[in-house]
Amino acid sequence: MRKILIATWLGSMAACAASGALANEELNKMAQNPKDWVMPAGDYANTRYSKLNQINASNVGKLQVAWTFSTGVLRGHEGGPLIIGNTMYVHTPFPNKVYALDLANDNKIVWKYEPKQDPNVIPVMCCDTVNRGLAYGDGKIFLHQADTTLVALDAKTGKVEWTATNGDPSKGSTGTSAALVVKDKVLVGISGGEFGVQCHVTAYDTKSGKQVWRAFSEGPDDQIKFDPEKTTALGKPVGKDSSLKTWEGDQWKIGGGCTWGWMSYDPTLDLVYYGSGNPSTWNPKQRPGDNRWSMTIFARNPDTGAAKWVYQMTPHDEWDYDGVNEMILSDQQVGGAARKLLTHFDRNGLGYTLDRATGELLVAEKYDPKVNWTSGVDMDKNSATYGRPKVVDQYSTDKQGEDHNNKGICPAALGSKDEQPAAYSPDTQLFYVPTNHVCMDYEPFKVSYTAGQPYVGATLSMYPPPGETNMGNFIAWDGKTGKIAWSNKEQFSVWSGALATGGGVVFYGTLEGYLKAVDAKTGKELYKFKTPSGIIGNVTTYEQGGKQYVAVLSGVGGWAGIGLAAGLTDPTAGLGAVGGYAALSNYTSLGGSLTVFALPQ
Amino acid sequence: MIKILAAAMFVVAAGGTAFAEGAGDPAAVKNEDGKYLDKEGNPTYKIAADGTVDWYTYSGYRRYHSECHVCHGPDGMGSTYAPALKDALKTMSYGDFLGVVASGRKNVSSSQENVMPAFGDNPNVACYMDDLYVYLRARADDAVGRVRPAKHEDKSEAYTQAENSCMGKR
Repeated sequence: MRKILIATWLGSMAACAASGALANEELNKMAQNPKDWVMPAGDYANTRYSKLNQINASNVGKLQVAWTFSTGVLRGHEGGPLIIGNTMYVHTPFPNKVYALDLANDNKIVWKYEPKQDPNVIPVMCCDTVNRGLAYGDGKIFLHQADTTLVALDAKTGKVEWTATNGDPSKGSTGTSAALVVKDKVLVGISGGEFGVQCHVTAYDTKSGKQVWRAFSEGPDDQIKFDPEKTTALGKPVGKDSSLKTWEGDQWKIGGGCTWGWMSYDPTLDLVYYGSGNPSTWNPKQRPGDNRWSMTIFARNPDTGAAKWVYQMTPHDEWDYDGVNEMILSDQQVGGAARKLLTHFDRNGLGYTLDRATGELLVAEKYDPKVNWTSGVDMDKNSATYGRPKVVDQYSTDKQGEDHNNKGICPAALGSKDEQPAAYSPDTQLFYVPTNHVCMDYEPFKVSYTAGQPYVGATLSMYPPPGETNMGNFIAWDGKTGKIAWSNKEQFSVWSGALATGGGVVFYGTLEGYLKAVDAKTGKELYKFKTPSGIIGNVTTYEQGGKQYVAVLSGVGGWAGIGLAAGLTDPTAGLGAVGGYAALSNYTSLGGSLTVFALPQ
Repeated sequence: MIKILAAAMFVVAAGGTAFAEGAGDPAAVKNEDGKYLDKEGNPTYKIAADGTVDWYTYSGYRRYHSECHVCHGPDGMGSTYAPALKDALKTMSYGDFLGVVASGRKNVSSSQENVMPAFGDNPNVACYMDDLYVYLRARADDAVGRVRPAKHEDKSEAYTQAENSCMGKR
């Protein structure tokens, strides 16, 4: 009897394997096994939460380094490893090496992949040669290389199964983001907002690498895959040419709206969620209009790319507040009713909670009290400006005009939070958010476009908010009410993805290089250890041989490595490089390595 | 004859030394419509006693923080992957500076992957080479500090005309 059952089960597995639906279920199931870490964010909902609880609030103080691994690459290490069964997959920045390590056999290197890429792609990457990680599906590891090549590697051998070219680096397109596997497709975005790229999300067939669909962030309806009647914004159909109408002339063709952040997926609603980045250029005067659909949350069908709903957070951006940060999906009670929620911490300093089925806006509140460019979002459904942020004239770089230095805008262009992903714990129903606490002066001016050359058009300088000495905070956020539950000061921006666990402990890294563990309820610091370099990677956890491990990549760099390496500009020169103005280079140096922690035997 | 040759060689050698050590004496000896030149005829900065900077230094500050700072860090201070130009300009001549900005530079080895792109075709940089040079020369000499210059000379009519024609503006 038992044999027959197994045979039937195997048979049905094989039968379904051909269909996309199973690949989907397979990944969803794998993501629910807390021993593994099968996608960059841990699960489709992007919670970065693990049920593992061997390491908990009362014993985390005893954590020790179990083993380390040098990546052999110096520049900024974003993202984190994948763990599937006995294998860990570690990626690096350019040249985008991939290592498969055997966790059951002394962490030996099983295979290594290193692509050959034209180094001319290096300076086309706006902010260091970062890569945010790998994706797994259908027995393959997917890597999105700097030169935009999407490569599928046999997860067992590292052999190249297929490659696809996602963009043209000579025109400013680069690859930095991690892909997401949904059913029989692998979805990937693209970078190049500072080079005037018309950015997109593209789906490739996991088996063949053939392109299935491509949806641009701006352009005609067919290019953006909008149905004027069925695609909605704030509950209403978007209408014809919803994007084109909001650009002057052909500016949309070099309009940016890049898609270099994270993607999440709801298998029940069958929708993928992601955000688009800044409109190009940074000089708002050169692109009148709302510049849709830059700075927008998209909900799309993963099989066709068709957009179900959109919400533009920052119409006509004037500050480089890319909308690419992760969309975290949770199911919580709001106003006594169970809601399917999407929570997003935007660069613009607002924490948004929406209904992810309909795109209804429920909460939009500042998650850093210093945010000053807006007085808040109009939440009145009957208002003509419903859903729009009210811009404060003093901080409007468009109103003040070209060649005017706008002082004291908070947050700075790097946002109250950048790509470093937050975590959500269903135990506490709180979000754990790594944040930047930095303001700026911003002066836009006219620039001309040359293909493949930077297309910026603004000068800016950054510094901590007046009177403050910390450049970062690590906060706990209630997404239902839009309130900060607790907030820990950090000397530097927190540029590391957080991890929440069933042990009631939350982990994150700091730019000085500390891996920190705090109490999920109170934020009390329970453990810290200084890794070899500053951390801009994301913390992960897994179980191997009955033991829970916590892993993080260190290797300072990224945008944080530009602005902060030398210390921020002090607008009141003469006070000296102390506190909020301290140079990161006095604390840490380059070098990629993975540090893995566990409790002592 | 020998004496003259030796003298000429000495001059060349001295020039060579100055070349290797950077831009040489930054003192402005000439003012051409707001553009200051040193005794070699190379662009230089002019900082008044009250801190007022010449237009090129100010303009260079702005252009630097648009086009260059995403790699070379704020105020020429360097980043985790690109050199601090406030130091590099101490040992770089005007001619070398123009060459590197226009044509780019590659420094790729097993231990580093530093690549500077060629900006010769990018008017946002190419039209402002002298501005960038003058600003960074001032930074290298510590003649201006890390912040935006508070006061600056006006943009001259000649500068505006040259800028418009270079940027293709009417």
